[in-house]
Amino acid sequence: MIAVLQALGVPGFAAAQPPVERSQRVAGVLAWGAALLLLAFLALPLVAILGKAVTNQQGGFVGIDQFVEIAGGAHFWHAVANSMAVSVTSAIIVLPLAYVFATALTRTCMPLKPLFRGLALIPLLAPSLLPGIALVYLFGNQGVLKGWFPDGGIYGFWGIVIAEVFYTFPHALMILITALSVADARLYEAASALGAGPVRRLFTVTLPAARYGLISAALVVFTLVIVDFGAPKVIGGQYNVLAVEAYKQVIGQQNFPKGAVIGLLLLLPAVFSFIVDAVLQKRQRALLTARAQPLVPQPQRWVDGLSMLACSAISAGLLLIIGTAIAAAFIKLWPYNLAPTLAHFDFDNMDGGGWLAFRNSLKLAGITALAGTVLVFTGAYLAEKTQAAPLARQLIRLFAMLPMAVPGLVLGLGYIFFFNDPHNPLHVVYGTLAILVLCSVAHFYTTAHLTAVTALKQLDGEFEAVAASLKVPFWTTAWRVTLPVCLPAVLEVARYFFVSAMTTVSAVIFLYTPDTVLASVAVLNMDDAGDTAAAAGMAALIVGTSALVCLLFGLLSWLLQRRTQAWRRR
Amino acid sequence: MKADFPVSTTTATELLRVDGIAKRFGEFSALSGIDLTVRKGEFLCLLGPSGCGKTTLLRIIAGLEVPTAGSLQLNQRDVTRLPPSERDYGIVFQSYALFPNLNVADNIAYGLKGRREDKLRRVNELLDLIGLAGIDAKFPAQLSGGQQQRVALARALATSPGLLLLDEPLSALDARVREHLRREIKALQQKLGVTTIMVTHDQEEALTMADRIVVMNHGVIEQVGTPEEIYAQPASRFVADFVGQSNWIDATFSAEAGVQVNQLGIALQTLPALAVGQRELSLFIRPEDIELHAHWEGGAMGEANTALGDIEKIELLGGFYRLGINVPLWGNLRLNVDVSRSTYQRMRLSPERRVPLTLPADKLRAFSKADAAFGAKALA
Ligand SMILES: Nc1ncnc2c1ncn2[C@@H]1O[C@H](COP(=O)(O)OP(=O)(O)OP(=O)(O)O)[C@@H](O)[C@H]1O
Ligand SMILES: [Mg+2]
Repeated sequence: MIAVLQALGVPGFAAAQPPVERSQRVAGVLAWGAALLLLAFLALPLVAILGKAVTNQQGGFVGIDQFVEIAGGAHFWHAVANSMAVSVTSAIIVLPLAYVFATALTRTCMPLKPLFRGLALIPLLAPSLLPGIALVYLFGNQGVLKGWFPDGGIYGFWGIVIAEVFYTFPHALMILITALSVADARLYEAASALGAGPVRRLFTVTLPAARYGLISAALVVFTLVIVDFGAPKVIGGQYNVLAVEAYKQVIGQQNFPKGAVIGLLLLLPAVFSFIVDAVLQKRQRALLTARAQPLVPQPQRWVDGLSMLACSAISAGLLLIIGTAIAAAFIKLWPYNLAPTLAHFDFDNMDGGGWLAFRNSLKLAGITALAGTVLVFTGAYLAEKTQAAPLARQLIRLFAMLPMAVPGLVLGLGYIFFFNDPHNPLHVVYGTLAILVLCSVAHFYTTAHLTAVTALKQLDGEFEAVAASLKVPFWTTAWRVTLPVCLPAVLEVARYFFVSAMTTVSAVIFLYTPDTVLASVAVLNMDDAGDTAAAAGMAALIVGTSALVCLLFGLLSWLLQRRTQAWRRR
Repeated sequence: MKADFPVSTTTATELLRVDGIAKRFGEFSALSGIDLTVRKGEFLCLLGPSGCGKTTLLRIIAGLEVPTAGSLQLNQRDVTRLPPSERDYGIVFQSYALFPNLNVADNIAYGLKGRREDKLRRVNELLDLIGLAGIDAKFPAQLSGGQQQRVALARALATSPGLLLLDEPLSALDARVREHLRREIKALQQKLGVTTIMVTHDQEEALTMADRIVVMNHGVIEQVGTPEEIYAQPASRFVADFVGQSNWIDATFSAEAGVQVNQLGIALQTLPALAVGQRELSLFIRPEDIELHAHWEGGAMGEANTALGDIEKIELLGGFYRLGINVPLWGNLRLNVDVSRSTYQRMRLSPERRVPLTLPADKLRAFSKADAAFGAKALA
């Protein structure tokens, strides 16, 4: 806030800025460009949702009437209770699993660590609809294991929870791995020297240090589940949750104001966990002092063996789900006729969008990767490495963090409300592929931005000063030095955008048209129409494409490392 | 150089003039009232303890920071509000900030414009100059710290700037390399005649390299002078303490009795004006300036600043010995005295021995007791 006041030149807060280079004027113009883009395609749609929530369907201002009306219905409170129940249960199940897995990866000498790590991240390649479909095949009315959930018991609470556990596992895992890798070996040595046994060490050293990671992982899982409507849509049956309610209000009944109100309510847990997370991160940083010694795990036969067993079991569960969906895509009529077939990939003869949907998704993912990477790196570079236009740079930093606290569902709603308004000059993008690209870039902006900022911060902060003293304009240094050094991060961001755009449903579900239908949307629609096998086929196709792209990017960055190892230290 | 007549008033030899520069960070005042002139071709060191504002001053000169007040003139041109690229200097940072993905030749040529061959020639010229011919194809990560430092220097000098700024250029190196590079940088600077401002908190570095030293403390300049002046005639207690070793002796002053230590008269060659009117004084003398005598050479005790002292402690510090001597006559005064190894052996000094010592009147300096910010440290 103070920074914004300073940037605005508010008297009393004015900070003297270093004199601005002629070349820096260009940086200023660019920074304003980036800030305005983020304003138009991120901040304003969110404002629009607020406006929609306080107006009725005829466009008249009604204040909080609609909140009151919705809160008065038992139906609503039922959905709230259901949403809370699945979210809390999922978090309670995911957390111990992810903790064990993360501990095995960071604190033991278990063999095959890279393999397990890779397997654990597989759910990231799939849309959140996939586990639902797989569960139908496993435990549904025709499922091979339907005895486990008799009388269609999988359609509902437990189906949603299992699907969400699959979907959120890698997210929790990554947070816990980060939290557990910042261990200070000296604390463990001190504890052992003081005679603390393994149990006591767990409770006095390990858990306190990982506490923030655990809280943050729990919040992330909770938020992801409560705002996800993919899994409940596919496997939820009659079990009504908030996210699906918002979807139904907007898509089914075209009741935009009501959808806006529910969307805003879904924003609450996300914003709450965002704030808690920000506070925790500040504390976590202090935990690891500069002198901390990294912990090097020692081989322990029993611990390593048990860890491997646990990781194998968890990986097998994940593989079972993804494997079922892929297998179902290639099998004639599950479970009666197991002959292999490609018939389910004949999308053009089914409802849902056909191969056009897949081609659109490829286009969307490709363009999002390209445009998103360019925008994110330009924005991050301007914000971190230039001096002109301090207000614009501050706005970029602020807006960049917003998407983290905004579920895709809410962003999607904001986009319809904002761009569907015929008075909006930006209305022209409504119904085009462009709006899908813009929405996807905005949706995944924060993670990409943080990756870019981390990479940029690793560069010596004096490069720009040296270049200025040598009278070299900033873009030369950005092109010749900053970009080449950050190339691995650039690839990482591009990969992240591609895979995310390929798998997402939540935001784009509100924005596609018959011409711009997407693969993940097609999965939902085909499943809705009863073409479960085709839905599985499309989901498998998405997983395959994401995996292929990840491999390609992996290869690319391997080649890059090899070519540049002369100047990269390790 | 023609320094026989006063040159300070002519501006022809003046490259940089710093006028009343101040810098505040919020409530904190990092610099205040900095006045300084830098002459063409000189090697100026900014010396001071950590956090005294040296880097801030250097960054203001470089245009990377804007002063809160004051002005800067470079070549008689007001550059206070000019961006870095419109000033004329080369800079070497503590981290060197070499571009990791460019090889040595490309790093050095980074600021050069013009034809390829010209750049190449200039790069080779500079590599010869820094004594690293033949490493042009290596990357910074493949060089030692000392080599990186010299490449950064070559890059800063490539465009032949009128002013060279160095921010603790040697602090990241180990002691031996540092000593070697001190001499090299100094020789290079003299050869090129480039005006240089170097920031350091290492007094030895400043004393050996600088033509003039600016001693700073808490954002103000304490003294500007040649290394000899700074060392032998420190202008303040702070300077005396910060540069070199010192002994502090409590003394009193009155018009009738003159300067007295433990009520015994002490002769001083110069009594600075500030001392007159002060009752309490601190006398200052360097450990190596105290003279030891093999025998008592006659005269009464305490006369001619001479007294007997008991050797209490002996430390070998490389090339010399540091003796801790207690002088009962001056109120059990503890003095540190440095003697060379040859003197030590010639006089057959040993613990518990009693030696006559003299505080030469021309080496004693008086400071007001009120300026006692660092008194505690000196006596500790
Ligand atoms: N951007 C800033 N914001 C706030 N305070 C600052 C800033 N830059 C420097 N300071 C403060 O100004 C004072 C002087 O800093 P400076 O870096 O000039 O010290 P220095 O003499 O170079 O010290 P060192 O030898 O440690 O490098 C310090 O107390 C520092 O904390
Ligand atoms: Mg400094």
